[in-house]
Amino acid sequence: MRYEVCPADILYTFGAYGMPTRYTHWSFGKQFHKMKLQYDIGLSKIYELVINSNPCYAFLLNTNSLIQNKLIIAHVLAHCDFFKNNIYFSKTRKDMVESMAATAERIAEYEIRYGKQRVETFLDAVLAIQEHIDPSIVRDIKPSSSSFDEPIARRTAYDDLWNLDQHPVLGQQAIEMNKKFPEQPEKDVLLFILENSRILTDWQADILTMLREEMLYFWPQLETKIMNEGWASYWHQQILREMDLTPSETIEFAKLNANVLQPSKTSINPYYLGVKIFEDIEKRYDLLAQGADGKGERPMTGREKIFEAREIENDTSFIRNYLTDDLIKQEDMYVFQKQENMYKVSDLQAENVRNQLIGMRVNGGFPYIVVEDGDYMKNGELYLVHRYEETELDLPYLEHVLPHIHRLWGRIVHMETVLENKSLIFSYDGHKVFRRSK
Amino acid sequence: MEENQKSRFVVTEENWSLHRKGHQDQQRHLDKIKEVLQSNLPDLISEENIILSNGKDVVKIPIRSLDEFKIRYNHEKSKHVGQGKGDSKVGDVVAQGEQKQAQQGNGKEAGDQPGQDIYETEVSMEELEELFFKELELPDLEQKEQSVTTIEDIDFTDIRKKGLIGNIDKKRTLLSAIKRNAMKGKAEIAPIIEDDLRFKTWNPVEKPQSKAVVLAMMDTSGSMGKFEKYMARSFFFWMTKFLRTKYETVEIEFIAHHTEAKVVTEENFFNKGESGGTKCSSAYEKALQVIKESYPPASYNIYPVHFSDGENMTSDNRKCLEYVDELLSISNMFGYAEVNEHRRMSTLMSAYKSIEHPKFNYYILQKNRDVYFALKKFFEKRTEGLR
Repeated sequence: MRYEVCPADILYTFGAYGMPTRYTHWSFGKQFHKMKLQYDIGLSKIYELVINSNPCYAFLLNTNSLIQNKLIIAHVLAHCDFFKNNIYFSKTRKDMVESMAATAERIAEYEIRYGKQRVETFLDAVLAIQEHIDPSIVRDIKPSSSSFDEPIARRTAYDDLWNLDQHPVLGQQAIEMNKKFPEQPEKDVLLFILENSRILTDWQADILTMLREEMLYFWPQLETKIMNEGWASYWHQQILREMDLTPSETIEFAKLNANVLQPSKTSINPYYLGVKIFEDIEKRYDLLAQGADGKGERPMTGREKIFEAREIENDTSFIRNYLTDDLIKQEDMYVFQKQENMYKVSDLQAENVRNQLIGMRVNGGFPYIVVEDGDYMKNGELYLVHRYEETELDLPYLEHVLPHIHRLWGRIVHMETVLENKSLIFSYDGHKVFRRSK
Repeated sequence: MEENQKSRFVVTEENWSLHRKGHQDQQRHLDKIKEVLQSNLPDLISEENIILSNGKDVVKIPIRSLDEFKIRYNHEKSKHVGQGKGDSKVGDVVAQGEQKQAQQGNGKEAGDQPGQDIYETEVSMEELEELFFKELELPDLEQKEQSVTTIEDIDFTDIRKKGLIGNIDKKRTLLSAIKRNAMKGKAEIAPIIEDDLRFKTWNPVEKPQSKAVVLAMMDTSGSMGKFEKYMARSFFFWMTKFLRTKYETVEIEFIAHHTEAKVVTEENFFNKGESGGTKCSSAYEKALQVIKESYPPASYNIYPVHFSDGENMTSDNRKCLEYVDELLSISNMFGYAEVNEHRRMSTLMSAYKSIEHPKFNYYILQKNRDVYFALKKFFEKRTEGLR
């Protein structure tokens, strides 16, 4: 574990960039400005920032009091434990601090060589779809694309003619041209574009690769927000309660702790919900262990159980497996939605609350997009499908994202989604966004 | 064992004072906002809250298009999960929906279509002026007009070896002494010889005391509605502001006319309407009279601008042309702005189209944003310059 004490604007820089060594982009500056402003006017405060690396880095605010630091260190140690032991982090690179520094340097180099504006425009485009990767920890390794049988996206409208003199077996070729491309819908949009876009130059492909790499690194953190924060908060409570604190320290600790673990009417506080679930698991399994009659296998104690959960679950499975009906009732959780310009509670059924919460956490909370066809209309167009699950997309945003994808793909880009139970296709041809029903 | 324990963690505190990345990217973000402002100028400068803010220094301006666009869910249409205090029931209000920016002026222009994301930023009047006026320039002036009245001023601009001892430039004197001594081997102050002395010397400067007057003429006949008047108002607002950056004093005279013209207050000018026909020549006549009485062309730069919907009595056109000619001969620029939403051919315009005079400008305004283009036309930057 490595602790670094730093002043507020540095901590906020890291908070905005996600990493001390990240490349520069105006969107980080915007984020930094916003966070720093909130800090300056006393609206919010970051006390620490932990980085999943080896050794684990923790950045502490230099104005923290001693007791605040005690709590924070207990908290970050548990984060560190989580990074090291949760299965979803098993594949993350532990040298990401250095890797991101290298990325930043390369991007800066490209800025010098190809112009700031061009690099920025390209970054804008990649950032618009950076979440659309496939973070599965098990992923089939594709056979190398050198075999000729693999369908190749066409480069010009006359590809099939060129192929004629190269390939005598014309009939077979024609059949293979009808093969789907990709064969299976591809979840990793970034990778697909990287491998198949015809317009990416070397430096662009390089940036795309590096940004995808960074997203793969950050992804498990998106997927385990509730667990990770819950785990860290659970342990800072446990550890601090065991320490010898003076009365005034106890009060300061309690204040800070209460501040962090505050439920919200309009959202889910991951710190609070996470702690509650871990505590509930521990209590229930201790009860079970006590009730055991000594025959058969010795049941797990509560402590053992929570360690198991922190190892093998992510937010969706954690909620599915451990957020019980009783806990939902006890915590007065509800579903709410907008009704006539007001947000109103619409459902108290535990089952529905749980499903809604899981739905919000699926795919890190981002819409699930796949590449359906990389040679749509036999014209090299990109056909994306939004796997609709009861939640509609933000259409004005979508209409702004399509041009970005077009910039990466170089040809017409389509996106199929569902609006008011009807399938809709949005297309962008380089000039204008069109929409049509399917 | 103990040593092992010690190496388990490290606490450090580096010097971070040179780490400026966050601030640099923040600056880039602000620059981008400025770019957006610049490209939206035509819409911005006709924003009602700017024109009506008058004295206020900072205006809030909604900016579109500075979001980081992503494929995301429609927040308003999706369900969310929250947590109550223990007694929540179906139907409880959790939060108010966002107010649909109802206070946003006349609404219809303000871009509050649903779903349009607005990033609101605060812009100081100064910034906006800087952005806007960068694009404008005064039509080529004849120097003599500007420098008719001059005031004398002195400016210490020069350094000489001879001068009054009271004006001695100590720093330079010492420097030259050190230099000279250094050439002899020792870089020190003493001795100072006469040759080292440096004096500040002044030059008399002639600063033109520049004055300008805007003659705001407007048709207040029945045919000029609220929209037309608003256009005139934003135009004069910016025009006076612009001229103030170029001249020391800028005065503005409001001349309202229908069949006859009179000098009125600003209040009356923009708010009172009168009925009846239109005789534009009356305004020009009045303008000439005002100039004669209080603004001698020898010391004033004169900018008559006429706002009308173009509905003039045909019989009056000839007289108008004569007066315009007369005005042109004593003015820096004569502007005719016609507010004409449907671009029909107006009687006055048909007469003015034939005027070919470098100081004569006309523009037809159809919508709010045309105020910007009209101003740009009248105060166009002529790149091929005279110098």
